[in-house]
Amino acid sequence: MYKILIEIFNLLAIITIICFPLFKTKGRGIMGISIITVQVIISSIVAVSVFSDGAFEYAYKGSVVTGIIPVRIDYLSAWFILVIGFTFLTGAWYGLQYMKKYIEQAGNISMHIIAFILLYTALIDICLVQNGFVMLIFWEIMALGAFILIIFEHYKIATLKAGINFLIQSHVSILFLTIAFMWVKTKTNSFDFEAITAFTSSHPAVIGVVLFAMFFIGFAIKAGFVPFHTWLPLAHPAAPAHISGIMSGVIIKIGIYGILRVLMLLRTDMVSIGYFLLFISVGTGIYGVMQAIVQHNLKKLLAYHSIENIGILGIGMGLGCLGLGYNNQLLTLTGFGGALLHTLNHSLFKSLLFYSAGNVYQAMHTMNIEALGGLLKRMPRSAYLFLIGALAICGLPPFNGFISEFFIYNGLFHGLLQNNFLFIMTILFTIIGLVLIGGLALICFTKAFGMVFLGTPRLKSNIDKVKEHPVKIFPMYLIALAIVVIGIVPILFSPSLLKIVHLYQPDLNKEVLIQFKNIVHKLTSVGWYSFGFIILTALLYYLRYFITSRRQNSIDATWGCGYTGETSKMQYTASSFIRSYRKLAEPVLLIKKEKKEATGLYPKIVKQKTHSNDKIESWLIDKPLLLFRKFLNLFVFLQNGNIRAYILYGFIFVGLSVIVPLIIDKITTILNFLNQL
Amino acid sequence: MLSFLLIILVSTFFMGIVIRTKSIASGRKGPGIFQPMRDIIRLWKKGAVYSRTTSFIFQIAPTAYFVSVIMAILMIPHANNPGLISFDGDFVMFAYILAFGKFLMIISALDTGSSFEGMGASREALFSMLVEPAFFILMGSFALFTGHTSFHSIFSALHYGSYIAYMLGGMATFVLVIIAMIENSRMPVDDPKTHLELTMIHEVMVLDNSGFDLGLINYTANLKFAMYGAIISNFFISALPIEISIPLFLVIQFIFAIIVGIIESFSARYRMGHNPQFIFILTSVSLLIFFGVLLVLGKFM
Repeated sequence: MYKILIEIFNLLAIITIICFPLFKTKGRGIMGISIITVQVIISSIVAVSVFSDGAFEYAYKGSVVTGIIPVRIDYLSAWFILVIGFTFLTGAWYGLQYMKKYIEQAGNISMHIIAFILLYTALIDICLVQNGFVMLIFWEIMALGAFILIIFEHYKIATLKAGINFLIQSHVSILFLTIAFMWVKTKTNSFDFEAITAFTSSHPAVIGVVLFAMFFIGFAIKAGFVPFHTWLPLAHPAAPAHISGIMSGVIIKIGIYGILRVLMLLRTDMVSIGYFLLFISVGTGIYGVMQAIVQHNLKKLLAYHSIENIGILGIGMGLGCLGLGYNNQLLTLTGFGGALLHTLNHSLFKSLLFYSAGNVYQAMHTMNIEALGGLLKRMPRSAYLFLIGALAICGLPPFNGFISEFFIYNGLFHGLLQNNFLFIMTILFTIIGLVLIGGLALICFTKAFGMVFLGTPRLKSNIDKVKEHPVKIFPMYLIALAIVVIGIVPILFSPSLLKIVHLYQPDLNKEVLIQFKNIVHKLTSVGWYSFGFIILTALLYYLRYFITSRRQNSIDATWGCGYTGETSKMQYTASSFIRSYRKLAEPVLLIKKEKKEATGLYPKIVKQKTHSNDKIESWLIDKPLLLFRKFLNLFVFLQNGNIRAYILYGFIFVGLSVIVPLIIDKITTILNFLNQL
Repeated sequence: MLSFLLIILVSTFFMGIVIRTKSIASGRKGPGIFQPMRDIIRLWKKGAVYSRTTSFIFQIAPTAYFVSVIMAILMIPHANNPGLISFDGDFVMFAYILAFGKFLMIISALDTGSSFEGMGASREALFSMLVEPAFFILMGSFALFTGHTSFHSIFSALHYGSYIAYMLGGMATFVLVIIAMIENSRMPVDDPKTHLELTMIHEVMVLDNSGFDLGLINYTANLKFAMYGAIISNFFISALPIEISIPLFLVIQFIFAIIVGIIESFSARYRMGHNPQFIFILTSVSLLIFFGVLLVLGKFM
């Protein structure tokens, strides 16, 4: 039955895309949404029944090139199918309202909807198929679909540039994945994922680690691990809000899915992989959030924050690997469990944040934090939803971000009790990293929320037009509800998490299960505690209201140290809010300042600009590219525009291609002759 | 429950002792030890002036801040009696719930749209971020030392076997005292009695709060002091029976308050730019504790 459902799922996408031009322009949006909704329902039915009935598998015969194409849906696939489905559902519903502003670009929107359906189908199929070759095809479809979605506003140069950057990096990712799959294929003559297990278990551990490195680079480019993160901060601001939300929520997560899948298949030295993952993840997390703080573009800030969250996910995975390597089952459970839960959580609050940012963009037509302000009074719904997302992403209770971080902390503090010195030091380093990430996230989101939504407007234009449609907000309420529910009832997902971790550690012993039950029990206390926190706050707030409403209260201007006028220019700005942090973090960041001093008795208007660049990007990509171009420029004399010279090159090429093999042939003959002497 | 009641009790006169110590150190007689509490009660009875720019965030932030500290206090044990809520890893929750209150206070300061309050908010966010690692390493060290991961089980299993272990307790006390001073924005980092907004941290954040809210914020500061005092006292009263532990608890809180008063009287505020360096010292001291624990347990290589 699953087979039929999955075939219907794919057929639906294909038929829709073929029939799309036949429909009237007006109904296309609604139709796209309904197709996506039906697809999400179908895939969710499959995923949920996998969780209740157990893993499922069947195979297509395939062709000579691909070999057998197995379709396996285990708990890991099912988990990701559900996460992807929910985000796409809310994204599509939100997108319908968001795109109404662009209603006159009918053709462009049709293309957008087709790419959207393609992207969703490809993502789900990546989770289903376990044949390297076919998966790479879906991977390519996903990259192209995402590319088309990103460049919706292709008439803007910056958007197009970001899109092309994304496309190139996606293909670098595909290159590494292809190499990895081809390697396994040549050794085992099979594209089946299980060949990876066979290959690595019959070869020394070093081979497995190198193979992992190949896969990791490929998937890390998609996931956005530092230093492969440079496409994220460009692509997210360029794309429409619902696409940014989906990109940050699930497209980068497919990279995580890839890494998790490979970790499940590899039989190799898990300890070194674990240490590697931990170090790169802590670096990713800290670097991501450090960059996020200094961004002035709200969407860019959120994009860097995705990088930070990928770091937290990586910490979970690294812990899980160390647990596998050292045969510490509780560590495996908490590590992978935390990473999986954080995948879900991050997809929720990040999409919520991007959708709110999208509302801000549509109202104010800018994402520059320095130009916004005071939006809470004009768009309260978006503002409070953004606040929920911000609190959740900082990992604060009573929201869901805390639950997954708590999971990982549990693993870390449990890991501290081991006897291995190197391990203890790594754990200590990770704890410090995770704590710093939390603290820096707090700076980042107090800045983002405070500057955009609080205070008074910094620019007076476009203020009165803002109107919020409750319908437009509806999917966002759904996400916010999920965030709160997971925060208060965290045990909701622990059985599913346990099932997934079973895949990594099939021989979980009873003692660990009891310990895990303790953790679940703990999560219940955390849930109750969070609930108590909310109730107590509400009660006390009511009490306060009861007391203060009888007193004489008055409303006046903000206290201005004696200055009684009101001007938005007196407010603290985003740059000044992070100034002391910036001074501290200057060595890591790359901030360009343009500043003019005020001179003369009657100075004219003085302007100061700060521009934050990505140091790793400039070192790792921009500078080598520049050097490479310089090197290539040495040969620019060849391109002289003279047609005769080009014909000469042609002749030289043809001549060489004939002569070189001949010469080589002669040399080998001579060598053979010499050898015989 | 016991520790909760004790902390509430101490919070009523803690700041009074600090002020009294400061007065005596500067050659004045000073007010009675319950005077700060009387001031707070007076504030609770007053009406308030709200800024025109503020929103609901400004209204709820002081309450949420207060509740976050109350919830944190619920987790703190007293000798062998666990706090009202106790589970493995509760100190993570402790730190994060306090961070929640801080988050709301920071955005409520930004809510006023003032030039000064943003400044205080910015500093508060930065300094509390820098303090966090010290607390986590400290708790991590004691988790490693005792093999447990909750406040109650750590403190009830705490036995100082050797002199080095006593030194660890001493250093932990030092770290916690300084953390308490920073979290409450007291002397070496912030001067609550300064007259100039440009040099304040916490005081400048609450410039626009008045009446009941201001009283609540001030009382929360007292609670926080008493809370840290309770954690410090737990380092010394690990397994004593109640008849001894309660008086000892009060004595330790008393000494803690006097130390705070003395530090405030005889030290000057650092330059704002030097504060991060000072706070980093805390992290290094807690790293020292961590290595000390490794040494005591013989886990060094």
